[in-house]
Amino acid sequence: MAVATKKPSVLSKSALAKVDQIIARHKDQPGPLLPVLHALQAEFKYLPEEALVRVAIGLDIPLSKIYGVASFYTLFNLRPKAEHVIRACESAPCHVRGAKEVIEALENALGVKVGEDTRDGRFTLELSSCIGVCGVAPAIMIDDEVFGNLTPDMVPGILARFN
Amino acid sequence: MDMVTLTIDGRKVQVAKGATILEAAKAAGISIPTLCHHPDQAVKAVCRVCIVEIQGQRTFQAACAYPAGEGMVVKTNTPAVREARKLIVELILSRHPQDCLKCEKNLHCELQELAENLGIRDVRFEQEVREFAEDHSTPSIVRDPSKCILCRRCVYTCHEVQGVGVLYPINRGKDAIVAPAMDKDLADLACALCGQCTLVCPTGAITERDDTAKVWAAIADPQKHVVVQTAPATRATLGEEMGLPAGTLVTGKLVAALRRLGFDRVFDTDFTADLTILEEGSELIERVKTGGKLPLITSCSPGWIKFIEHYYPDLLPHLSTCKSPQQMFGALAKTYYAEKAGINPKDIFVVSIMPCTAKKFEGQRPEMNDSGYQDVDVVLTSRELGRMMRQAGLDFEHLPEEDYDLPLGISTGAAAIFGATGGVMEAALRTAYELLTGKTLEDVDFKAVRGMESIKEAAVPVDGLNVKVAVAHGLNNARKLMDKLAAGQADYHFIEIMCCPGGCIGGGGQPFGTNNAIRGKRIDAIYREDQRMEFRKSHENPVIKQLYAEYLGRPLGEKSHHLLHTHYTPRSKY
Repeated sequence: MAVATKKPSVLSKSALAKVDQIIARHKDQPGPLLPVLHALQAEFKYLPEEALVRVAIGLDIPLSKIYGVASFYTLFNLRPKAEHVIRACESAPCHVRGAKEVIEALENALGVKVGEDTRDGRFTLELSSCIGVCGVAPAIMIDDEVFGNLTPDMVPGILARFN
Repeated sequence: MDMVTLTIDGRKVQVAKGATILEAAKAAGISIPTLCHHPDQAVKAVCRVCIVEIQGQRTFQAACAYPAGEGMVVKTNTPAVREARKLIVELILSRHPQDCLKCEKNLHCELQELAENLGIRDVRFEQEVREFAEDHSTPSIVRDPSKCILCRRCVYTCHEVQGVGVLYPINRGKDAIVAPAMDKDLADLACALCGQCTLVCPTGAITERDDTAKVWAAIADPQKHVVVQTAPATRATLGEEMGLPAGTLVTGKLVAALRRLGFDRVFDTDFTADLTILEEGSELIERVKTGGKLPLITSCSPGWIKFIEHYYPDLLPHLSTCKSPQQMFGALAKTYYAEKAGINPKDIFVVSIMPCTAKKFEGQRPEMNDSGYQDVDVVLTSRELGRMMRQAGLDFEHLPEEDYDLPLGISTGAAAIFGATGGVMEAALRTAYELLTGKTLEDVDFKAVRGMESIKEAAVPVDGLNVKVAVAHGLNNARKLMDKLAAGQADYHFIEIMCCPGGCIGGGGQPFGTNNAIRGKRIDAIYREDQRMEFRKSHENPVIKQLYAEYLGRPLGEKSHHLLHTHYTPRSKY
């Protein structure tokens, strides 16, 4: 049964068609939710609420559960992000190897706090759970690229590569 | 059955294979403390409070999840186990507000009880309580996520028992919290407001909205003529709320207590439950005779109504147009009763004592003002009435048994059983049979529709027609029936749906500690009430006859249509 959504659409018609295509592509495979969320993020760079509502209806999964999954993984964006997303690992190995100082250096260099975007829209600074490179702790990811064995003084040079 | 034998605290215990250590210990009379565990729910094993020592294992194991094994040696009460449990609860307490004396759940909180049972007198960790906005967006339920301990009981109930699924754990690690999607308010969600989450929450994170102050104010106002109605199920649960054993029937004491609280008239929703049977039974007969929309589905349960409005709006034409007994009462109290008693309806203040949080929402529906005023002014749950009685210092157990006031206090056994799943169906069958056949129904007990089975079906021959009926309780069961109906696979004439497991006796406003075993005891009490009544068929209620004769005319007549029937609002799911 079709159930209308409450709010007027913010996504364009073609964007909504894209969402429906993604749902249709994965609908019948076992465990369709994560592949759908990945595909949506690849398409929109984040997970728009309206798209998640369509996923809830299309896959017949409660929206609360979808939001629970989407908010569990730090790699899913629930809001539009800046051009580059910096994810500083906050798990224990990075922590004991000096992640705190690296994160402070990032905050100082960017002029933002964790969770914020720079005013020019270039960088979003976020924390992440383990990114799986404990051998080179402390580490950060910028977009898909990993930077390890960091010290605070290395931060400006790394950021400069994205300017 | 395959059995296993194990040793718990030096005692040999034999249990069925597959039983958990927790169950095995219980069978041996050993009580292991728990927190996230709930007897009616699947294993979650997230709180770790029930850890025990198993010989040969490197770490402690959660007794609620670990299967008892042959030859296993378990210790539940060693210094190391006690210390580890304390540590776990101290960690929980370090993130839990310490304003217990002012909490809605004070003295009913499972975390509080656990802290006491473990002998916690000090928390060795710094307090780090997270601040969240409280959700007061609905008239029914208040959420205070800062008190959430992430046990996930409400999640299980909301998804698996009620099939609603608006609550879920979001975020991860130290940021995790149970919340609706996008952190929305409950009012903006397809929440049925059933309040089953308030029954399973071990702390004060989800509670009913407390409206007792409004009722105290009305009672104290000399201008107001305050009348109270008591839902069928409340006579089987108020005793429990006041400390008597589950399943104690307290009809007469409840009436006495309400008089002592200062209500001007003590009436009974059972009266309008009888009236509902006359109206709804006539509606069923009319739909069968005129080829109307079938199956007819009951409309007494406001959580069910909100659920179908959100999730199955296409099926709304199946609903009976009858208002619930609560709302019929409100409309009559401010019209028929006002006229009879010579009181200006604007001065009448109607209070309902309900087993239900969704009734608070129903009372505030904009269409529920057919008397010219808001028909029901305030709805209190059984728990809130208990609070008022304690505030008034009533010695409930030793109150005398008193009778309801006339005229809206006269009822039948058919009305009493509205409080249990299958009761509305049974009451309707008793009356429909006699109205259609003109014969006396000798055996009034329709046992096929009684009890805790999830979906009950029966076929009853009435005057040459084989009346096919179905009964569901708990919204997940309702969902199964509605899916069948939507798929065209349900050829019933009449369906009864109650939002809450067990029916109203298991409602979201009932005493804390409600579980399915207790629901069973309350159901037994409801049928005892039915048996002791002078009249057991709604159409035999003498005041109902009088009401039709001197005021309403006939069932489904013009006046009935105006005062006793309603319409529904399709709502969206998201």
